[in-house]
Amino acid sequence: MTQRRSMLLNVGPSHPAMHGVIRIIMELDGEKIKGADVEIGYLHRAFEKMCETVMYSQCFPYTDRLNYVSPLINNAGFALAVEKLLGIDIPERAQYIRVIMSEISRVTDHLTCIGATAMEMGAMTAFLYMIKAREFLYELIEEITGARLTISYVRIGGVKADLTQGFADRAFQKIAKVRKVLIEADEMLTRNRIFSDRMKDIGKISPEDAIAYGITGPFLRSTGVSYDVRKASPYLIYDKLEFEVPLGSKGDNLDRYFVRMAEMEQSLRIIEQCFVQIPDGEIACGLTGEVIPAAQMVDRAKMGETEELIEDEVALDPTLQGSTRKYHDAIYAHKKDVVLPAKENTYGNIEGLMNHFKLVMYGHGIQPPVGETYFPVEGANGELGFYIVSDGRDQPWRVRVHPPCFAIMAALPKCLIGGMMADLIPTFGSVNMIAGELDR
Amino acid sequence: MSSAGNFFTSKLDDAIGWARKFSIFQYPFVTACCGMEYMSTAAAHYDVDRFGAGFPRFSPRQADVLFVVGTISHKLAPVLKTVYDQMCEPKWVIAFGVCTCTGGFYDNYATVQGIDTIIPVDIYIPGCPPRPENVIDGLMKLQEKIQKNEQSRALYDPCSKIGRPDGIQGKCSTEGKIKHIEPAK
Amino acid sequence: MTENHTTSKQPGILTPLQRLQEKFSDKIIESHVFRGDETAVIGLLNLRSVARFLKETPEMDFNFLMDLTAVDYLFYTGGRVQKEFRFEVVYHFFSLKFNKRIRIKVPVDEKNPQVDTLSDLWASANWYEREVWDMFGIQFKGHPNLKRILMYDQFEGHALRKDYPFNKRQPLIGPIN
Repeated sequence: MTQRRSMLLNVGPSHPAMHGVIRIIMELDGEKIKGADVEIGYLHRAFEKMCETVMYSQCFPYTDRLNYVSPLINNAGFALAVEKLLGIDIPERAQYIRVIMSEISRVTDHLTCIGATAMEMGAMTAFLYMIKAREFLYELIEEITGARLTISYVRIGGVKADLTQGFADRAFQKIAKVRKVLIEADEMLTRNRIFSDRMKDIGKISPEDAIAYGITGPFLRSTGVSYDVRKASPYLIYDKLEFEVPLGSKGDNLDRYFVRMAEMEQSLRIIEQCFVQIPDGEIACGLTGEVIPAAQMVDRAKMGETEELIEDEVALDPTLQGSTRKYHDAIYAHKKDVVLPAKENTYGNIEGLMNHFKLVMYGHGIQPPVGETYFPVEGANGELGFYIVSDGRDQPWRVRVHPPCFAIMAALPKCLIGGMMADLIPTFGSVNMIAGELDR
Repeated sequence: MSSAGNFFTSKLDDAIGWARKFSIFQYPFVTACCGMEYMSTAAAHYDVDRFGAGFPRFSPRQADVLFVVGTISHKLAPVLKTVYDQMCEPKWVIAFGVCTCTGGFYDNYATVQGIDTIIPVDIYIPGCPPRPENVIDGLMKLQEKIQKNEQSRALYDPCSKIGRPDGIQGKCSTEGKIKHIEPAK
Repeated sequence: MTENHTTSKQPGILTPLQRLQEKFSDKIIESHVFRGDETAVIGLLNLRSVARFLKETPEMDFNFLMDLTAVDYLFYTGGRVQKEFRFEVVYHFFSLKFNKRIRIKVPVDEKNPQVDTLSDLWASANWYEREVWDMFGIQFKGHPNLKRILMYDQFEGHALRKDYPFNKRQPLIGPIN
């Protein structure tokens, strides 16, 4: 009499297809997956604990590294949550800038996801094309924020710096290039027999299951459920923009791929609309003085020449460009207890300097009222929510991030069980797990 | 040894070093954010293949250089150690990004404060994450280091597992010190 | 926090919090609306009945358990009041049909940190409850698989408790530095 036994197969934590670190222990019957256990936590970096030890404005670098493929969305989400706690509004131009940068980030995220999935299934060319397109967008991000990936660009009450001169034109050029790459990739993948056969009807999940597991974002939309935070509860200026929410029908890998491809197109559309609608930034504040270097301005202010400096503009280090007085009003909320003053004020007079110090010193920074808020934004993987509890001090009492990947990973066994072992690779690729936000 | 022998070994070293430095088989131990820049570096825009390092091997036994890309948490540390121990001599380690160099700003209960507390490191590439140019610079530094190494030394290294003349397997200093985590039931 | 029990923007249509107050008037310890977030604090024993009500009432239809976490209020002095209970387990529910959110908070005692599980009502609760157990040491009665999820089994203590130092390391290998 023969005895049938199932076989355990361990995948990860260091495995080429487990981008990031995750471990999946599968129970196999031949090549069929009978059971799967997902183990996470290999990239737990104590985001929530670290946020409790720093000031509100110092949390931004940590939020960058949550979903490191689309850091600007995390930045904006955290800033919006704190702003809700403070009860302040930000200028319209800053809102447009946040939307532009968020959508650029969303495109980079989807590009990376699809590229990596294609690469894991052997389509190296598609990966190279996608990364090429991502590089165009990184150039845009770098131009505005000064960094490629971990940008810390958004501030509570605004954004770090205004857009550069002629940014819109360069953005339109890059968008055209990205569109071209998307068409090429679409030709390479969508009508590729191998790709579609490995994606179609694989890793299916029903809408009921997806809702029960709390899945949001492209994953939920691929099952045909229309839920997008940007439409359901519009934040920033999303209610002024026209875009569609692409939906799938079957909830399989191919639908997820189509939803992401369609979403990229919608994001590019949003960016284009933003550049048309965005209000003018540079205000004619009557600066008639000369442009002087920062060190010189500080020296002259120390000698008491503050009166003569009122009309002058300061020449800044490239990392601070775009945050001078000329741009300050358009990109920061007009609340002195929340936003840093324009650089001319910091360097040129004692009131500005005091204001700056008060905001960066421990025990004196931004102090929201006692209370708690939850603010959801549409991250690249789904609803990204920040729950912040304040006890009235300048450090958050508790920062909780609701990571979209967490729910997706909890549901992964549901997608895998019943399929073949080799289907793990496309399924895992298409759900787009980002370890940084999964484990935090 | 005669001077002729010295001449011979140094020329042989040069030749082996030249060959080794342009055929870097890397094992990307990619965990976190730095992986995005690793991807950028590996893809067409920056193209590490120009430096002979364009071919990632996902088996540690076939790799020469361990790229530790991204934060290593205490939960992951034994895995990294195992991967390192599985690699054959000669092997090099690149600490990619500031988290692997020192722990970076993750000075907390979960994060290893620099992978050099667990495994030896040859090249540190700082940055959070390092730009691709920075990575390429680090890679070139590694190539220099490989070239300068005394190549034949590895054959007699007590840590080395490849054939010693007397046929005795060396005992690696880290052997037997790794705890393995049992898979979850 | 502003107490806001009666006002409704649209007369005739009750907000989820008002419906909850109607049904469980005696069981809600406290409720408030802060910056538009509706919050109800309920007792430990009423959690499952309230959750069931939220999920199964057709006019509420909270089909998403969006988030589940906990807060440690040890040494908390916000608003110059110390909390009676050390922990609060916080549930964020979301109704896709009505596009409404509600926050339910359950105070939990330090000595016996135990809450009923919701993992049979919402599948998403399973992992979130494991995470809360891992980070805060709050147990969930009836949970099918309550074990650590982010940290390793050898880890002692619960990292997000306020009395756990943020840089107390417990390495598996290598030195403690």
